[in-house]
Amino acid sequence: MSTLLTLVLILLGVAAGGWVLRFAGQKATGNAPMFRDMPYAVAFGYVLGACLLMFSVWYFFQPTVTEAGVPNAGVVFFRWAVQFFILSAIAAFLFRALGRTVGTRGSKKLFRQMPLTASFGVLVVILYAFTAIFAAWLAPHGQEAIFAKVNVLPGGNAATGGDPLFPLGTDQIGRDLLSRLIYGAQNTVGIAFVTTCLAFFLGGTLGFLAATLQGWLDQVLSRAVDVLMAIPSLIFALLLMTIASAWAGSERWLLTVYMILIIAVIDSTRVFRLARAVGLNIVVMDYIEAAKLRGEGLGYLIFKEILPNATAPLLAEFGLRFCFVFLTIASLSFLGVGIQPPLADWGTMVRDSAQFINFAAFSPLTAALPLLAAGAIALLTVGVNFVVDWMLHRSSGLKE
Amino acid sequence: MQSVFRIILQRLALGLLTLFVVSIVIFTAVNMLPGDFAQAILGQGATPDAVEAIRRDLGLDQPPITRYFQWLGSAVQGDLGNSFAQANFASFVGADSGVRTTVAQQIAPRFANTMFLAAVTACIAVPVSLVLGILAALFRNSVFDRATNVTTLTSISSPEFFLAYVLILFLAVLNPVLPSLSNIFEGMSFGERLEKTLLPALTLTLVVTAHMMRMTRAAIINLLASPYIEMARLKGMSPMRVIVKHALPNALAPIINVVALNLAYLITGVVVVEVVFVYPGIGQLFVDSVKIRDIPVVQACCLIFAAAYILLNLTADIMSILSNPRLRHPK
Amino acid sequence: MSALVEIRDLWIEGRSDEIWSPIINGASLSLKKGEVLGLIGESGAGKSTLGLAAMGFTRDGVRISKGSVMFDGIDLITASAAKKRELLGKRIAYVAQSAAASFNPAHKLIEQHTEGPVQHGVMSRSDSVEDGIELYRRLRLPNPEEIGFRYPHQVSGGQLQRAMTAMAMSCRPDLIIFDEPTTALDVTTQIEVLASIRDIVEQFDTAAIYITHDLAVVAQMADRIKVLLKGDEVEEADTRTMLSHPKEDYTKSLWAVRAFERPQKPAVHTNATPVVSVQNVSAAYGKIPVLHDVSFDIHEGRTVAVVGESGSGKSTTARCITGLLPPSAGVIEFDGKALPANYKSRNKDQLRQAQMIYQMADTALNPRTTIGDIIGRPVQFYMGLTGKQKRRRVEELLEEIEMPAAQYIDRLPSELSGGQKQRIGIARALAAEPKFIICDEVTSALDQLVAEGILKLLARLQDDLKLSYMFITHDLATVKAIADEVVVMKEGKVVEQGPKQEMFVPPHHPYTDLLLSSVPEMDPDWLTNLLNERGVDNIGDAAVDKMS
Repeated sequence: MSTLLTLVLILLGVAAGGWVLRFAGQKATGNAPMFRDMPYAVAFGYVLGACLLMFSVWYFFQPTVTEAGVPNAGVVFFRWAVQFFILSAIAAFLFRALGRTVGTRGSKKLFRQMPLTASFGVLVVILYAFTAIFAAWLAPHGQEAIFAKVNVLPGGNAATGGDPLFPLGTDQIGRDLLSRLIYGAQNTVGIAFVTTCLAFFLGGTLGFLAATLQGWLDQVLSRAVDVLMAIPSLIFALLLMTIASAWAGSERWLLTVYMILIIAVIDSTRVFRLARAVGLNIVVMDYIEAAKLRGEGLGYLIFKEILPNATAPLLAEFGLRFCFVFLTIASLSFLGVGIQPPLADWGTMVRDSAQFINFAAFSPLTAALPLLAAGAIALLTVGVNFVVDWMLHRSSGLKE
Repeated sequence: MQSVFRIILQRLALGLLTLFVVSIVIFTAVNMLPGDFAQAILGQGATPDAVEAIRRDLGLDQPPITRYFQWLGSAVQGDLGNSFAQANFASFVGADSGVRTTVAQQIAPRFANTMFLAAVTACIAVPVSLVLGILAALFRNSVFDRATNVTTLTSISSPEFFLAYVLILFLAVLNPVLPSLSNIFEGMSFGERLEKTLLPALTLTLVVTAHMMRMTRAAIINLLASPYIEMARLKGMSPMRVIVKHALPNALAPIINVVALNLAYLITGVVVVEVVFVYPGIGQLFVDSVKIRDIPVVQACCLIFAAAYILLNLTADIMSILSNPRLRHPK
Repeated sequence: MSALVEIRDLWIEGRSDEIWSPIINGASLSLKKGEVLGLIGESGAGKSTLGLAAMGFTRDGVRISKGSVMFDGIDLITASAAKKRELLGKRIAYVAQSAAASFNPAHKLIEQHTEGPVQHGVMSRSDSVEDGIELYRRLRLPNPEEIGFRYPHQVSGGQLQRAMTAMAMSCRPDLIIFDEPTTALDVTTQIEVLASIRDIVEQFDTAAIYITHDLAVVAQMADRIKVLLKGDEVEEADTRTMLSHPKEDYTKSLWAVRAFERPQKPAVHTNATPVVSVQNVSAAYGKIPVLHDVSFDIHEGRTVAVVGESGSGKSTTARCITGLLPPSAGVIEFDGKALPANYKSRNKDQLRQAQMIYQMADTALNPRTTIGDIIGRPVQFYMGLTGKQKRRRVEELLEEIEMPAAQYIDRLPSELSGGQKQRIGIARALAAEPKFIICDEVTSALDQLVAEGILKLLARLQDDLKLSYMFITHDLATVKAIADEVVVMKEGKVVEQGPKQEMFVPPHHPYTDLLLSSVPEMDPDWLTNLLNERGVDNIGDAAVDKMS
């Protein structure tokens, strides 16, 4: 109850502060337009923001170990988060500065207009792609290699139950967790990428055909897609995975193949909707009519007239679809029906190490492991979403 | 008014038809399972007689179309069949426990739990996201808008279990304010129940709020750009009046749409979150049944999820028809 | 007496891609009480921005960088937001271009009408409702007692525009800004709106700024005219002086546009085979009939202008000829031979002979294809030319449309101006070496000077290449300039047809007469004379209704 009371008191204080700020501003600047026309909500927002910022700074500089010698885990996690945030901002800034000076004229122009979030997204995507492709060289051990030391704690410090050979420790059967994290990039990202490509091939082709030909083909496909989209995609995927697991039997790699096919089909319905809508918008253009009246064939219409004008929305959709597929696969793996062992995969890693969270109060490093794997998933989707958000903003031509 | 009524009836019929087709899809998918349910239940060592008995008991000797209509017919009356859990078939291998759990018995309490979770989430998420969305639209391109944009984008992009564990870390482990496991049972007081539900509800809130807020913001900005809002400002109306009198009546349709769509989205989110918090809801039941291949339960859960999803989308549709003055007052 | 509005050295900037670029460069104007100032200029001249700035208002992404706007002694730039709100709607009102979009769809007209007076404390709600009905009556809206209780989508465009004028009048403001109020309307509707606006502004002695791109309209409405070009002032004078003695070259060229007219051609041989012959064509979209028994001929080297207002079936006729909409009855003959009804059954040569130029050059050119490829495709497709030969032909065609090949051949459509894009559309049609071209409102999206250039080009090409044109337009000035024969359409039927010289001399069909008389002329007394001649009840929609 007292926490609630404190919160209310703080908010009241901020409310008063907002009023004081506006009043003082008006007096100090001789009623300058900025303060004169300032709505109260804005003044309130400024004061609240300032309070939060001050509290964060104060909390950041709290000691990481309490006087009793117990780690102050809250501060530790907070510091990690803030440091990660600041580092990524710096990295994104440097990356953008690099992009502005190196490269072709077009790419330089692109980087000049790019907000920091988008350049961060591009950087993340590049890093992930690099990790995925060169996982075999980057990882210290193989993903299936089993060592004698099991349940080594992370940190690499022998005094606290770690081992410098395994910086992130090992799991219950003695596999190196750092290596599995790195291989996870290859497996999780790679499989998601293949699935998205498949979904696009399927949905895109049918969508454009439906838009160009219209008539009964369009009707049949659209109604079928309506029905498939009426089932929530994760639920549908789980249902089909049940059946697939019965078909696959003990062949676990087969289950992964089924999973790719199932998710690709489910997601192709969304791609179909978009491709059809984009196609329909283009088909009504006069230049399509001109081409039809010229006597051009279907192939020319789709590949030369429609497709080049659909690339921007399709590319953005590819990013969003990829995120969606990636998250679906991660969720399936987390629920235990996705990517199958012995392949290393982030969703499975989170599930296997989830209980470590409970050790956070006395060993923050141990608790970081499930968060690291889950964060690896989140980071990529955040990056892709930042890029897509920027692309959509650009193509929508919003000037404000 | 007549035409609106007709349009709504049409949509309702279309929704029912979709649900019907969806039930066919689910039934067909389940029937694509290899081999025989009876065999699967009893395992390899079963006697042919026992297998035959189960087949007859489940009606598996009937043709698929008959079985489909039997299933659908009883599902409409609330009878979703018997679970495949081993205990139910103990009698066939000679150890009768005498008790059978029907799917309906299994689902009913969990369905109520899930509805409770969804309701708590909606109660937090809807007001918060609408207020934030409208604020972001009004102060667009301000620091506040940019910060919420980045935050919500991050929250949308994160898998539900990531958000769940971050919340557990901060609210259950480091600062033990809330329990990290939601062991809900019957006969609990409302307050206790709410406390146990709060953490999963907060996780879902984070995801749904982000979506809802962004969509609200987009809808409001779209609206504020329309000429009649400029006209209202040029008539010297106060900002408050422009929003309340001119923007809001027209924003209702998009906002209702946003809310309904996001509640539909909750359905998917509920599965993962329930597993993380071991919340005894329908999502967890679904995942467990998937793992042990308890087909009748999977089938029933799927149908319930799809029905809720279709219903919410239908609501969104009908609400936006009702709030459109062009349709309410035809020429 | 001092001026009501005084703008001095006003500079306005707009933001695009994070860069502020100028929209208005140092404009000044002053307006006395009860005076009407016409602001005229082509698109991008900054007319609307200046008009809104006179209310102390800028749109998002636009800012005033320098200068002052004084309204009745109040500086609108430094005034507080609350002070400005007090003036807006009460003493300064605005009438927007698109009334359909500017009325709130969720409220009845009368509710929106009374909002201003009630909120500004000028009148009570019931007084304001009564006053609104009175204003509707004065603006000659049909059923003035009842029309206010409808929703905006239940009222036609011309009526909405008058209802908006009534709304602007609701507080009896000292100043009204009219921002192209009749641009979106048909000519016969426009005239009614013009007449009622002029009346009411005179009755209440309101000062007004009337923004338009149409010279003839501004000549009727304004006491003084100010000409803008790309944010710069060109000149300002009272209406009669400006019309008779424009000083600047740019103004003179604007005035001269209206003078372009082709010489009369000799009559066609009575037994000559027409290039295109439309015979008793009827057509329908689904079950809704849109064309009824349409017939006309187009001869070699001639231009047939098809005239009518929106919804009259002009473009549908074109779709029947091209085969996009197979007619439900009747035939289209080309060089005396019947064409297959559907374009899909026509052979390559039949398709090649009839080409089309579109109204919106933006949507008619594939934005991802270079100019060379756009023009090169028909060259390759029909003539089979490739490589160097193809490029040479494309260069020839570009010379033909007066665009230097070296400069433009590798550009994308987005890098061209509106007029240049339209020229590319013409070149693409020419590349097929057709005998017949359909021009669908090819100049209506263009500024007058640019349109003039396109018309002259089309005329020259016709003489050089013996082309036949079907020229679809709603603009009678264009008809006068380029047509040999005229077909007047209304509600899917041909009302009247014949050679141009006959069409512009009475007597003719009452609809043609109405259409012709509704086109504003440059004479400032035109509207007054017309109203005296025909009476207020015999113009506009009212007159159209009487006819049918």
